[in-house]
Amino acid sequence: MPPGVGPYKLAWRRLRRNRVALAFGGLFVLLVVLCLLAPVYSHDVAHQGPDIENITGTVKVGGKTETIVSSSDIPIGPTWELSHYFLGADENGRDVAVRLLYGGRNSLEIGAVATLITMVIATLLGLISGYFRGIFDGIISRSLDVIWAYPAVLLGISLGTILASGGIGPLHGTTLMVPAVVIGVVYIPYVAKPIRGQVLQLREREFVEAARQQGLSHWQIMIGEILPNLSSTIVVFIPLILANAILLEAALSYLGAGVKAPNPSWGTMLAEGINLIPASFSQTLVPGIMLVLAVLSVNVFGDGLRDALDPRAKVRIAR
Amino acid sequence: MAGVLIAISIVTFLLFAAIPGGNPANRLAGRLADPEEIHLIDVKYGFDKPIYVQYVKTMKNIFTGQAYSYQQGFNVLTEIEAGAPATFSLALGAGIIWLLTSIAVGTLAAIRAGKYTDRVLTVLAMTGVSMPPFFLGAVLIYFVGYKLNFLPIGNFVPISHSPWEWFKHLLMPWFTLSVLFIGFYSRVLRSTILDTINEDYVRTARAKGLSERQVLFRHILRNSLIPIMSLWGLDLAQVIGGGAILTETVYNLHGIGQLAATAIASLDIITLMAIVLLTAFFVVFLSALTDILYAFLDPRIRLS
Repeated sequence: MPPGVGPYKLAWRRLRRNRVALAFGGLFVLLVVLCLLAPVYSHDVAHQGPDIENITGTVKVGGKTETIVSSSDIPIGPTWELSHYFLGADENGRDVAVRLLYGGRNSLEIGAVATLITMVIATLLGLISGYFRGIFDGIISRSLDVIWAYPAVLLGISLGTILASGGIGPLHGTTLMVPAVVIGVVYIPYVAKPIRGQVLQLREREFVEAARQQGLSHWQIMIGEILPNLSSTIVVFIPLILANAILLEAALSYLGAGVKAPNPSWGTMLAEGINLIPASFSQTLVPGIMLVLAVLSVNVFGDGLRDALDPRAKVRIAR
Repeated sequence: MAGVLIAISIVTFLLFAAIPGGNPANRLAGRLADPEEIHLIDVKYGFDKPIYVQYVKTMKNIFTGQAYSYQQGFNVLTEIEAGAPATFSLALGAGIIWLLTSIAVGTLAAIRAGKYTDRVLTVLAMTGVSMPPFFLGAVLIYFVGYKLNFLPIGNFVPISHSPWEWFKHLLMPWFTLSVLFIGFYSRVLRSTILDTINEDYVRTARAKGLSERQVLFRHILRNSLIPIMSLWGLDLAQVIGGGAILTETVYNLHGIGQLAATAIASLDIITLMAIVLLTAFFVVFLSALTDILYAFLDPRIRLS
């Protein structure tokens, strides 16, 4: 190996050798692209919006005319014809494939926003409490302990219900930002605590001492000296939090405290599908498989990323 | 830890008391109530009192067993007691299953690290942590319950009623709840074992001629189990305190977790506070218990 190769280049070399992780990373990118193309599929292929109901209509499948929702309220299963009801219809005669893509867009958007919220706030809190210690650390760490002691789902539904019924500023009612903020808040301690621990060690190192001697301000030391040393931890946490955020969105929506109608998401589709068991199982299976594939691909890629960046790191989310 | 308990109860109370327009009297009086009626309800339940007075009164009611749900009118402690057998049965059975299985899986993956077995187990563990319990539950209910007609679909049968029915009804919930934890624990155990293998005392044990089996069980595993045991104590505490909301709901077990879910849906703050306090209590209690188990597993802690 030539001298002078940076840590990220080394990590990329290790990651490139991990075929499984790369394959799953590719799968996740594919799912994201598919979901982003939802309007294209809806508009140009299925000619059907995500909220268009069609309870009384019929559809031609392979030359035969079939009702979309039968007289005993059982929706049509997958037709495997891309132009209409590729994955069947739901109880209200809406196209499941169209809703799956739009729902995926919502689920992934909530996951991404929640991850952003968690990472930014947790990094800041970890930096401040680890660097200043003392009273800052006391207040922040105790507050994080309180969030930590709640079961994640219980805290999530409590906050989700409160925000949806009451609301703070723009955070109320059916907006997708309610579950995104709730999920973002729930996972803060899981990231802030390990970052604080790392900052506590880093602040005693010689380069921080040197920076202090040069007369840099606290803020400059935190951002310019300590933060770059946290970057691999932060990068490793991102897929981990993303996977858990997508899962928590589904759980909250299943319990009625996440995404609200008429917005689709994988969680709400699962909730509606589970109510139709055993009459129509495909509506549980379709969003469920998409959800598991998305979360699994993020998890496997994240695992590979961790091995590549820092083989000895033990960054994990308990529970 | 007692401080955390009190903080949690205050935060929960404030969260639900702070809902804008969230005066419970408005919700209780219904949509068409006139101010007079709302005022009467305010006085009856003490909603007109300062918030700290309300908090103290609520806490007193919970601890004396006099807490009644504003919305449904039931006694909260009676409801929790009614849900306890289902939740306890779920937690204990699943806890034993996920602990033993993840020890076996994690150990196997570690001693075969990098080999084919390890890779298969890793993918399985990853799938386990990526699987929402309510989806796995729904799939099992459909295939094992409806299609094969092999096991009953959800609901809970008390063990005093019929041990065999109790077992049959809980088999799927146990499995569903365990899968998530097995995935996570076996990964943690695998990496702990891989770290322990390089310790000096393991080399010493090999050097003095112990068999590979003795080295594994007496030296490696005994030390590697410590982080697993502490995780297990806390997770079990959460499940007993009603944390298995998703599993309980999808199988309709009517346990404490399902009670919490319905309480939140109707903004039933009294029931919710009682359950949150219960969960926190079990977390405190079982983390003390795991400390004792620690000492049993690790002589270094016992001696100091």
